[in-house]
Amino acid sequence: MIQRMDARALSIAALLTLLAGSASAQTMDETINGIFAASTGWFVSFIFAPIPGTNFAWIVAWLVIAASIFTLYFGFIQFRVIRHSLQLVRGDYSDPDDAGEVSHFQALTTALSGTVGLGNIAGVAVAIGIGGPGATFWMILAGLLGMASKFTECTLGVKYRNEYPNGMVSGGPMYYMTKGFAEKGVPGGRFLAILFSIFCILGALGGGNMFQANQAHQQLTGVFGDYPGWITGIIFAAIVFIVIIGGVKSIAQVTEKIVPFMGILYVGTALVIILMNIGSIGWAFTQIFEGAFTDMGITGGAIGALIQGFRRAAFSNEAGVGSAAIAHSAVRTKEPITEGFVSLLEPFIDTVVICTMTALVIIFTQQLMIDPETGLYIMNESGTIATIGDTSGVGLTSAAFGSALSWFPFVLVIAVVLFAFSTMISWSYYGIKAWTYLFGEGATQELIFKLIFCFFVIVGASASLGPVIDFSDAAIFAMAVVNIVALYVLMPVVKREVNSYLRRLKSGEIKKYR
Amino acid sequence: MPNTIVAAYDGSAAAGRAVEVAITRASAADAKLVIVHVLEWSPYSFLTPEEIEERHGRRKEEISRAEDTILKPLIADLARKGVTVEAMTRFGHVVETLVKVARDVGASEIIVGRTGQTGFAARIFGSVAGSLAQIAPVPCTIVP
Repeated sequence: MIQRMDARALSIAALLTLLAGSASAQTMDETINGIFAASTGWFVSFIFAPIPGTNFAWIVAWLVIAASIFTLYFGFIQFRVIRHSLQLVRGDYSDPDDAGEVSHFQALTTALSGTVGLGNIAGVAVAIGIGGPGATFWMILAGLLGMASKFTECTLGVKYRNEYPNGMVSGGPMYYMTKGFAEKGVPGGRFLAILFSIFCILGALGGGNMFQANQAHQQLTGVFGDYPGWITGIIFAAIVFIVIIGGVKSIAQVTEKIVPFMGILYVGTALVIILMNIGSIGWAFTQIFEGAFTDMGITGGAIGALIQGFRRAAFSNEAGVGSAAIAHSAVRTKEPITEGFVSLLEPFIDTVVICTMTALVIIFTQQLMIDPETGLYIMNESGTIATIGDTSGVGLTSAAFGSALSWFPFVLVIAVVLFAFSTMISWSYYGIKAWTYLFGEGATQELIFKLIFCFFVIVGASASLGPVIDFSDAAIFAMAVVNIVALYVLMPVVKREVNSYLRRLKSGEIKKYR
Repeated sequence: MPNTIVAAYDGSAAAGRAVEVAITRASAADAKLVIVHVLEWSPYSFLTPEEIEERHGRRKEEISRAEDTILKPLIADLARKGVTVEAMTRFGHVVETLVKVARDVGASEIIVGRTGQTGFAARIFGSVAGSLAQIAPVPCTIVP
């Protein structure tokens, strides 16, 4: 860790020298990209190493197997309790005497604004662009299974949080790893917690920061014409700086209030575009199902679609990653399990609803080029599917929406910037929690992390998509590796809570207040 | 069951006049007087992760600040005049919370002040007195 810090300090120095010097802008982006790709490559190759003898990344199997195990272990909990989840969010079971405390609705929307971000807009386009329409099928399946992972981690997050005398609460995987393991007499909790915190910091800087800055920049260049990434980076970093360091909360509060409406607008517009192209519904679903199980000419065939679908779903809804456990742990509730019930709605809203909308718009507007003779997708040399305007990532989503509604790319710019920003704010918080777990609570410790966080906004906006997305995925999946080990150890605790709660709910001991 | 009157109080001059009226009514009817202070709060607003973390502490602060600066001075003032009241602080939508308290304590009347906004401001922000008059389950007195 200390060596990494030194490396960062060096790259900060390198960047400042470049800023002062007369290096042309394009060279500077390339320099940052080069340093970044070279220093993170080993980590990325480890996380995405294929299972020996196959080309199937072990990490994807790890996540899917975990989500399937939780789904089976809790008897398809995500489908059994979803009605109760909605009642909880509506406040039907909230004690009126607790009015003024954080409600389930607020916990859900705050956690959602951390996960609904560019993963839903750009990430899905990456999945479809590489894995074809079939990736959509696997993405939805991963979203449904992921509900069980999210349920498990959020319940534990609340159950084992730390409450301080001043009313502040700290929770998350670090705490259930140490306290939960100690309670069960299982060794290694502290080790896992440290490992998780390191990966969480990297994840906060990667997917929660650089990927967001990168895609926001790509979207802005699409509207304002090409200009160097570090300019976007510095502007974004400055805004993030005044919010997280300057304590100007009003900006974050405004964003938090606009983001849900942008989300609704996004889904609404997607539905309109799908309705405009409703004639191709049969064709689109054939593409999705055939692509999910047969080789449509994409890299890796159906397995390639599966990997892309699962990978982007996990990146988008963060189920099993452990971040949501941090976000949900601050809620006041007498029953930790209720927070789990509420949190399982997140992968549903994030992946099954919002991600699917993006995918359907790209498919319905036929952005992907198909060879009319073979019916297979046309691949370009980089291994992605050729698109009409040669776009990828958020550019592809924008082109798809723009082909139906020419003005929408402008709305999308605003949505992307706001989503990127709110995700950054949420992840800066997760990062701080992990950082202070490692280095102790304190204003100085927090300030150091926040400065590093702002610096990485600039790196993210300057680097090209490939290395950024690889590193972001790798860091977030590394969190999942550690977190899921802890979930396996502690899932019997959750099972006890579920059984006890559902029994009391049935007997009427847990009563409705309205 | 003794007669109970609920009066809303937020420290404003209008609310003070409402309490005056409530005292007169209560003593005439030999009724118990309940003073309610409502802190506006919606469980459906959007919060940042930091606000969520601080919420429990903030809530305690808000309650103690409300009691120290708004309710206690009023109770002390009324005590000097020989009037005893029950006072409570609640979180929620002002009008809905008043209605709920009135139901819970079995009040026979709700008394509120009004700010006398007219025109544009009233249209935008609405008024507690106006909304209360619409949904109050018991007779409601609005004190100008």
